[in-house]
Amino acid sequence: MNARLSAMHRILDRPVSLAGRGLLLLGILLLVLGATLPLWRISLVAPQYAEGLTLDMYAYQIVAGNGGQDLAEINTLNHYIGMKPIAQADFLEMKVIPFAIGVFALLGLRAVMVGRIMNIVDLGVLFLYFGTFSLGSFAWRLYSYGHHLDPRAPMTIEPFMPVVIGSQQIANFVQTSVPLAGTFCMGAFLLCVLLAGWQSVREARRDLR
Amino acid sequence: MTTRLTLFVCGSLTAALLATAGCNPPGATTPAKGDTASAAAKTYVAPGEKDEYYLFYSGGHSGQVYVAGLPSMRHISTIPVFAPYPATGYGFDEESRAMLGRFTWGDVHHPGLSQTEGKYDGRWLFVNDNANNRIARVDLRDFKTRQILGPIPNSSGNHGSSFVTENSEYVLVATRFSVPLPKGRYADLSTYKTEFNGMVSGIKVDPTSGEMTVGWQILTPPFNWDLGSTGKGPSSGWAFWTSYNSEMEHETLEATSTQGERDYAAIVNWRAAEQAVKDGKATMMDGVPVIDPAKVPGVLYFLPVPKSPHGIDTDPSGRWIAASGKLQPVTSVFDFEKIKKAIADKTFDGEVRGVPVIKHAAVIEGEVPVGLGPLHTQYDGKGNAYTSLYVESAVARWSLPPWNDAQKKDLNTVISDKIPVHFNIGHLVIGGSDTKAPYGQYLVAMNKLSKGRHLSVGPSQPESSQLIDISGSKMTMLYEAYTEPEPHFAQILKADAIAPIEVYPKAENTNPQAVWEASQAGVTRSGNKVSVKMVAIRSRFVPDKIEVNVGDEITIHVTNVEQTTDMIHGLGIVEHDMNVVVDPGETKTVKFTATRAGVFPFYCTNFCSALHQEMQGYLAVKP
Repeated sequence: MNARLSAMHRILDRPVSLAGRGLLLLGILLLVLGATLPLWRISLVAPQYAEGLTLDMYAYQIVAGNGGQDLAEINTLNHYIGMKPIAQADFLEMKVIPFAIGVFALLGLRAVMVGRIMNIVDLGVLFLYFGTFSLGSFAWRLYSYGHHLDPRAPMTIEPFMPVVIGSQQIANFVQTSVPLAGTFCMGAFLLCVLLAGWQSVREARRDLR
Repeated sequence: MTTRLTLFVCGSLTAALLATAGCNPPGATTPAKGDTASAAAKTYVAPGEKDEYYLFYSGGHSGQVYVAGLPSMRHISTIPVFAPYPATGYGFDEESRAMLGRFTWGDVHHPGLSQTEGKYDGRWLFVNDNANNRIARVDLRDFKTRQILGPIPNSSGNHGSSFVTENSEYVLVATRFSVPLPKGRYADLSTYKTEFNGMVSGIKVDPTSGEMTVGWQILTPPFNWDLGSTGKGPSSGWAFWTSYNSEMEHETLEATSTQGERDYAAIVNWRAAEQAVKDGKATMMDGVPVIDPAKVPGVLYFLPVPKSPHGIDTDPSGRWIAASGKLQPVTSVFDFEKIKKAIADKTFDGEVRGVPVIKHAAVIEGEVPVGLGPLHTQYDGKGNAYTSLYVESAVARWSLPPWNDAQKKDLNTVISDKIPVHFNIGHLVIGGSDTKAPYGQYLVAMNKLSKGRHLSVGPSQPESSQLIDISGSKMTMLYEAYTEPEPHFAQILKADAIAPIEVYPKAENTNPQAVWEASQAGVTRSGNKVSVKMVAIRSRFVPDKIEVNVGDEITIHVTNVEQTTDMIHGLGIVEHDMNVVVDPGETKTVKFTATRAGVFPFYCTNFCSALHQEMQGYLAVKP
């Protein structure tokens, strides 16, 4: 057992392979790119909104369709059911996530320059946690918007959970949430980290043999 | 190795991006094409052919009534009612100016055709003015507005109107707004619940002339009365309105008036009201006998209906009454037989200000889950009801009771069809729905939003109307057309139900100022009053020279002596804001004061003949 552990530690102490460093660098580029691209799209489609009302969630901003007008329209419609107006200022995540992405990019660059395999493990674990937490927080936001409805609103509807991924009917609207390019870039970053780790471990084993 | 991995990462990313890019969001509906050729054939009225039905649209805040033909949906003419209309010279001559009074606009909401024995008799069309509390009568003999009654005393916001009784005894109207009564009295808004009142009015219609007078009124709490209908058959002698704001709030109604789960409908026994007035049980207010329902039992009852309803419609049999709460996805169907019984047995749920509240459970037949935002219901006379769904942008068809046990258990099963409309339907109309004998062939959906359906005309948008064939087992969309703002309700009348005149027969012209020969025409002066008797005939005015002095009061009586269809003359006076249009055989009078010296040409504004351009004259004003 001890032998296995020490073997693992020997591997974790090994430097990141050259190919791994290349992959990490690619991943970091994708991560930074992802931070500038929309992460998630929420769209609402009804007969009279055939072209759909859309909200694109970025790491740092909300961009509403129709030159920003869709957010005002969504909030106007939501006031009938007593939903709190959606406002970018309320999304603390949009301040935290850009900072976190900077941290991950720096940690990644450290691994590229002077990294050991252990750094890749740290990077992967932290990023996985960050990703899961962010998704969970996004889902919690949606839950809150759908559940904290003003009882004095003109229309009384059952509290509801807006769908996080996929589509569902809410009154006369079909609400759809889908991940966009930014999320795929983030995913690709994680993939790069994993592949860099896998490749480095393979090479470390070969060297140690 | 690295290259392979890089390729793999980039490949997966591209695939993911491609998979999500360019997708239409789910829910986007592609317009149903249907059988275009067959729909086109159904609405095609060949050049020279005529439509089968008249469609009388209310023109909303344009103040007018639009006339279209069905099934072509072509706009044929506009009947000016509450607003001046230079096209027909309405609002320029003395008679129409006097009818318009001090107002230059009105808000036409719900046209109602006159009836005899519960069927359209083709005599008159009544329309209400929500803004200035008036009601007008259009004579269908010549499609002209013949009377404007109002502002109706003790009433504010004549919205719950114009509901014609079975034999046009009355046009029944109710107030949307409540104010301190009699009008002109001030009370602080904080005293809304106690000092403000609404009113239900019986506008009496003379059976021969159609002349309207305010017959009687029933005082109500300050609920906002909305759409209604009159009874027939078992409900003969009764009328119904829904209200919103039974909370009696006066601020931010969108929130405050939508708190209760139910609002009250008014169940009015108008024959009892008529009798109560005859029996001297009313007190006079502003010249009208007003009944206090707390003191005169049997005239008014309240019935709880779903939250914030927007109408209550009696079916052709007179037994079933459908009311929809726009904030609840159901249409409530009440049985008038049960209402009668509940009233007889005093099955009440307390009272509101001395007015008994009928026990809801005792009279409800069922709540049909029609869909989101139900507003108004129309009937085809074949046992089907059609409810407009504002939020859902659709029309639901469902069958009226009696329902079997299985249907009663699940009222979803009585809904037989639903058709999308574009977009946000308000009113809908089926010809004769409010009579004992609906035509049951077409339904016109009057939609509030037309966005994206027509060639763009900038930010001011027309409204869209859609023609739906309801004769088959499924509703089919046939056609759509646009109107200026803003049709609320409409009426459909079979074309052969009326035979309008196209010239005013000379023999009928009793105007003492009419002149029929050039030799009788001329200018007479009495002090500073100048009176002109003028003949208009192809292609001249006689006289074509009017000489006056600054300060003279000028009266021109112009007679169009033509007796030929479509030979219409207009008299437009340059820089005098004057354009009177005179139909064949008609005499019209205009009055104005000569305020400026100069020579002002006048000319025929309505094209009449080859020498129309030459039809002119001069108003010479000496300093």
